[in-house]
Amino acid sequence: MGKMHVKLTVNGKQVETLAEPRELLIHVLRENLNITGPHIGCETSHCGACTVDMGGKSVKSCTVFAAQANGADITTIEGLGTPDGLHVLQEMFKEHHGLQCGFCTPGMITRAYRLLQENPDPTEEEVRFGMAGNLCRCTGYQNIVKAIMAAAAEMNAVKEAAQ
Amino acid sequence: MIPGSFDYHRPDSVGAAVKLLVDFGDGARVIAGGHSLIPMMKLRMADLDHLIDLQGINDLKSITVSGANVTIGAMVTQHELIANEALFSMAPIVREAALQIADPQVRYVGTLGGNVANGDPGNDMPGLMQCLDASYTVVGPNGSRDIAARSFYEAAYFTERQDDEILTSISFKSKKGGYAYEKQKRKIGDYATAASAVLIEKDGGNCTAASIAMTNLSDTPVCPQEAAAALIGTALDEASISAAVTAAVNAIDPAEDNRGPVEFKKYVAGIMLRRAIERATARA
Repeated sequence: MGKMHVKLTVNGKQVETLAEPRELLIHVLRENLNITGPHIGCETSHCGACTVDMGGKSVKSCTVFAAQANGADITTIEGLGTPDGLHVLQEMFKEHHGLQCGFCTPGMITRAYRLLQENPDPTEEEVRFGMAGNLCRCTGYQNIVKAIMAAAAEMNAVKEAAQ
Repeated sequence: MIPGSFDYHRPDSVGAAVKLLVDFGDGARVIAGGHSLIPMMKLRMADLDHLIDLQGINDLKSITVSGANVTIGAMVTQHELIANEALFSMAPIVREAALQIADPQVRYVGTLGGNVANGDPGNDMPGLMQCLDASYTVVGPNGSRDIAARSFYEAAYFTERQDDEILTSISFKSKKGGYAYEKQKRKIGDYATAASAVLIEKDGGNCTAASIAMTNLSDTPVCPQEAAAALIGTALDEASISAAVTAAVNAIDPAEDNRGPVEFKKYVAGIMLRRAIERATARA
């Protein structure tokens, strides 16, 4: 089959691109749309580096065909914060040394974002269970968990102050 | 890691999907969550000309509880199984098992229908559905038929479902009593080295009903009636539990692989089953 029109909403913007149905979402994001935050780690749905938020779910974009994603609303790390206005998760990963080489970080933060949307006040055990689909080969996870717990506390404090 | 070329279809009804399967024959396959099929396509171990995506069929996405009957659409995800309170009140073992499947990202996408229809001996839901004595509805060009989960699995990746049929829903009756799903795996995301589903009902101190199924210990799930029979009518004492474990371990036929040799798997199977029986008993 030839290429098909794939329409996506990526980080709030409607985009359209041509892709073969067999192309994976991660490749379309990175190569067609120049969204290079989500990384290709294992490409076998183990490592979670390619995690994006699709329709309110954390998904591994190496295991979704572009054709399946047609019509979907996608948020990547690029949609969470900017260099001048970091998302609180990005701020806390920086603060708590939640990264070393940084390769897994976009996937980690994108996954943590959805986890905190669903469970705004998680226990440490719930964070570990909720982050089990993302691998990090540098940190030993200790500081990633700390960063997510701190981000949850910060987000809750901001919410309370606003009420 | 890019699969071969295929045509993509997204029908909006079961009838339209079946028609595509009939029209394209051997070269067509349906895709649900895709987390078993896409990896196989990437490895070029699955090669197909037409991919029929079921995501557009809303009829396959609901969980219905009516009296004691539970019906779950094939496209309901593991994440939705875990989150559904009505289902939890009818069969809490489903949540307990689903939480032990893969990882959060996979559970958002992976479906009950895909898990039971694929015929992979490593999948957890086939054994669980045998334990629940569930029934699968499949729809083909000649209409629909129901197949008991306990007679659905023929061999690894071979099931009673014909190539032109689509598994559309899973039904079972609510289960009272105690339950447990015990799974030993090497790491998060791995298939079971051994897993066991157990349901137990008690009246006074005595076991009045029991159901046992084992996962990834043969090329199909194993639902040993003789193991359940060893518990029924007993006080669930140590001797009865040991008899049930012995009967179940005799019924399995694990193969050596990178999860360990046969003797190890039989040993772990016995431990998983004993834990599941003890925990189900404590909850009954």
